[in-house]
Amino acid sequence: MSDEKTVTFPVEGTHVMMFARSIGDYNPAYHDPGKGEGNPVGAQVAPPTFPQAVAQFDPDYPLRIKDGEAWFGSGGSPSGIEGKPATSGGLHAEQHFEYTRPIRPGDVLTVRYSQGETWEKESRRAGKLTFTERLVDYYDQDGNHVCRARGVGVRTERPVDQE
Amino acid sequence: MKASEISVGQTFEKVVVEDLKRTQLVMYSGTSGDYNPLHTDDLYCKEAAGYPGVFAHGMLTMGMTGTLVTDLFGAENVRKYGVRFTNQVWPGDTLTATATVQEIRDEDGRAVAEIGIETTNQDGKTVVLGSATGLLEA
Repeated sequence: MSDEKTVTFPVEGTHVMMFARSIGDYNPAYHDPGKGEGNPVGAQVAPPTFPQAVAQFDPDYPLRIKDGEAWFGSGGSPSGIEGKPATSGGLHAEQHFEYTRPIRPGDVLTVRYSQGETWEKESRRAGKLTFTERLVDYYDQDGNHVCRARGVGVRTERPVDQE
Repeated sequence: MKASEISVGQTFEKVVVEDLKRTQLVMYSGTSGDYNPLHTDDLYCKEAAGYPGVFAHGMLTMGMTGTLVTDLFGAENVRKYGVRFTNQVWPGDTLTATATVQEIRDEDGRAVAEIGIETTNQDGKTVVLGSATGLLEA
């Protein structure tokens, strides 16, 4: 296991409010003006899957349009790049979170990524599957561990058959 | 959720989305930062990637399923939440999450519950399978 990189993830109330809406959660814990310390939208805590939104702050995150780089989504043609996009065969197989404490607006998280195991498996529906594990640790502004995320990605040989 | 109010084997069910809209996939792309065109770009899916159309981010399904977990424990009390993605979720799907209380135990003087989680679509197909652990109120 080797450390890959470190990203700073400031947790803001507005981001929490919008994230909660996007998963269909209208609980006032995420948007209750007048409540919540230091954020006018009144978000008091982040939903459990919010740590994944660190992608917004990861300078190398591949699934975001970047200045001066070709993007593989459709424009004038179905794909904006020639040939097969590097990420087209990648799907999410598993995701696990362990929390030492809840994440709250106002936290400034230091996020450390490291690579886990890699393994292969044959599948009837998508050919050869290559699994890759990634570990992501979140530390707060005082250096305390807040959360560990373990994601497993799978690259398929072909698109998954729809039964 | 109070320790006195639950027991092992008890189940809780929630429809976490009804007739999933493409707009929600766009919303989730925007907030999570995962702008993979597989989730928002029908033309790309059909003509470049070989899929019948856009489908939900696994993390959106996990997030929607997680609303049952936080309804039960409260977001500040969740200690573990993990899932496997077993089938894709498509626009138009209606998803029902079911939580089953598997264990209630004491951890450092606090009551903790472990629940099994399964989310199925309108055809009864499992799309997410996992578990969560949360602190219970006294």
